Amino acid sequence: MTAEKTVSAIPDFRFTPSVDQVGVEERASRFTKRSIKTASKVSGLKLALNMIDLTTLEGKDTEGKVKQLCYKAQHLHDAYPGLPTVAAICVYPSMVSVAKKALGDSGVKVASVATAFPSGQAPRDVKIRDTKFAVNNGADEVDMVISRGRFLQGDYNFVFDEIAAIKEACGDARLKVILETGELGTYDKVRKASDIAMYAGADFIKTSTGKISPAATIPVTLVMLEAIRDFYYKTGKMIAMKPAGGISKSKLALHYLVMLKETLGDAWMNNHWFRFGASSLANDLLMQLMKDKTGVYQSGNYFSLD
Amino acid sequence: MATRKNNTLKLSFETGWKYDPAPESKSSAKIDPRYELFINGKFEKPLSKKYFNTINPATEEKLSEVADANVADVNKAVKAARNAYDKVWKKMPPKERAKYIYRIARMIQERAREFSVIETLDGGKPIRESRDVDIPLVANHFFYYAGWADKLEYAFPNRTASPLGVAGQIIPWNFPLLMAAWKIAPALATGNTVVLKPAETTPLTALKLAEIIQEADLPPGVVNIITGAGATGAAIVNHPDINKIAFTGSTDVGKLIQRAVAGTNKKVTLELGGKAANIIFDDAPIDQAVEGIINGIFFNQGHVCCAGSRLFVQESVYKEVIRKLKDRLETLIVGDPMDKNTDVGAINSKQQLSNIHKYLKIGQQEGAEMYQSSCPLPSKGFFCRPTLFTGVSQSHRISQEEIFGPVLAIQSFRTDDEVIEKANNTPFGLSAGVWTDKGSKIFNLTTKMRAGVIWANTYNKFDPTSPFGGYKESGYGREGGLHGLSAYVNLT
Repeated sequence: MTAEKTVSAIPDFRFTPSVDQVGVEERASRFTKRSIKTASKVSGLKLALNMIDLTTLEGKDTEGKVKQLCYKAQHLHDAYPGLPTVAAICVYPSMVSVAKKALGDSGVKVASVATAFPSGQAPRDVKIRDTKFAVNNGADEVDMVISRGRFLQGDYNFVFDEIAAIKEACGDARLKVILETGELGTYDKVRKASDIAMYAGADFIKTSTGKISPAATIPVTLVMLEAIRDFYYKTGKMIAMKPAGGISKSKLALHYLVMLKETLGDAWMNNHWFRFGASSLANDLLMQLMKDKTGVYQSGNYFSLD
Repeated sequence: MATRKNNTLKLSFETGWKYDPAPESKSSAKIDPRYELFINGKFEKPLSKKYFNTINPATEEKLSEVADANVADVNKAVKAARNAYDKVWKKMPPKERAKYIYRIARMIQERAREFSVIETLDGGKPIRESRDVDIPLVANHFFYYAGWADKLEYAFPNRTASPLGVAGQIIPWNFPLLMAAWKIAPALATGNTVVLKPAETTPLTALKLAEIIQEADLPPGVVNIITGAGATGAAIVNHPDINKIAFTGSTDVGKLIQRAVAGTNKKVTLELGGKAANIIFDDAPIDQAVEGIINGIFFNQGHVCCAGSRLFVQESVYKEVIRKLKDRLETLIVGDPMDKNTDVGAINSKQQLSNIHKYLKIGQQEGAEMYQSSCPLPSKGFFCRPTLFTGVSQSHRISQEEIFGPVLAIQSFRTDDEVIEKANNTPFGLSAGVWTDKGSKIFNLTTKMRAGVIWANTYNKFDPTSPFGGYKESGYGREGGLHGLSAYVNLT
């Protein structure tokens, strides 16, 4: 990959495709009309479990809490044999080494937020050091935030360069770029930010930090999936997607999978290319799976809260 | 990252994760083995003593048999309508008329599920559409016109609106109950009485509506619903005691009706065929435009008179739009109309299916390139894969004639003037669609297009408050909205 080639591939971001709000919301609502029953429901629930980035991002996080979460990631509900693990554990950089050790060779990845998460209000060298700290401690994936203020000011080059710099700091770790769509305001801007992130080197594009409301929604995710599709057709490169925040119920997760299946198709239907950023979703999926197995709903007390 | 312009890239939608069948229950639908004619508030045996079968086009199984009304039956129905008009309906205070119409609307809402299921069983449209589009719109039409009944003096300020008398109404099979509502609601609101004939392949929901009308205690004879085929329709059109003919259907039959009523005092509205142009400019929101094209032509299997059956794509985005259309086509689910996940249901009749097949052959013979989705089709019933034709020209029959099926004829264009000329170069003029981010372009186009309805950045949107009707061979007169009232009144 040479610098010249990269430059020649970058479009003028002032002219990213426009998005019609009414149209995209109508399409999004069509996905929620799909009725997912019986065997397809069970396999959908298991797939969703396997796509979760089990997350704890709080000031009060401790090593003990992270260890517990890592155990849960590998043993979601031992009363139901044969369940998959989640895809990854998502923590702050200071907890990466703990998580890495706790997860061992289980195959569950360690993702770390970085770049002055969640606001991103720090100078670039601090963000790069934050990223390198996480990667050096063993993070497989880095979740960065874009500088929304600069983006909204129209300073697209700044945002692009920053993402490219973080990507470089990531080394082999996969980079998730959080757009924080709840602060962008319009679908047009979500589309533009998606394009900037992908062309700047993102491996994933991600909706939200989970600290701002609204977080992920179906139409916002659809706009991003369509950006991924266009990018794929233009460059041949697959980009992964992670909606995060606000997805806590099984039914909603299945709607996301329907949208993924009907927008990007087979190749994206696994946890290498799609993730749910969620913490409470796992227990709801487990509850639905147990309901399917036993025929009755169990109380929340039967599912571990870690 | 290197730019790799790779034309072999393709998304695959043959995913291992498939949706299991999710059929809507038939238990809410009660279908009698036989239906009589609804005349003068009662279900009466036909004087013709004849019946014909109505089948489920998705399974080819018989659902019921319905009476075949002959001239004598039509006479009986018109007599009942005349009697009800003279003695009851035209004398009734408008606000009392409104109460009846409201009552019908509410009863339809209460039995919405039953109506949806029967509409889908009898007509073949997906349950998602009859549940989410047809039946709610039916209720809305009755509600809307109920509101007008006692406000006609505001609808026509400084004029006096008086009813016409008996309206003969003949409706098609593509939106059976919705067309019945479009016809009956404004006629009742303005004080007319009605003889309505549903299409012979889809009579059941109109007959269920007759049951509701009976339960609603509408005075006998105000609405009469008689079933039959073309001969029954002709008897209505030719009946000397009918004051108004309202017809929705094919342009050929529309022309016959026009000839038949020439020289009589009958008022006529005709809502006929279409060959709508859907126009995408290169500054359009492409993904939403693609979705709009798909809904424009595959909604109700393309059995829509205002279907966007001709697509014009500006050449700079042509390849992209075609690729996106093909991807989207692969995700359309064709099959059992009763399955909640079905996007494209059954073709309404064997005859219509062979007509569509005829055009598929013609298109290929004319040299257009045909592309169909790879979905499997059920072994029984009448089904057709969603189809795109590219490389189409204005002189091809597939871009001139109404196919009334899931078949889209695609052409590219370069300038605004060119596309306006091509879009207007058709004997039809019912509807059109424009897709662009630029408002001035929308208004430039809409003022130059000869079409009754033009949608901008959306398609196939219906609302009771909005008038609907055509130019040229798409008919005349407007239904819906304030305009819909004037088709049923004399103004003095």
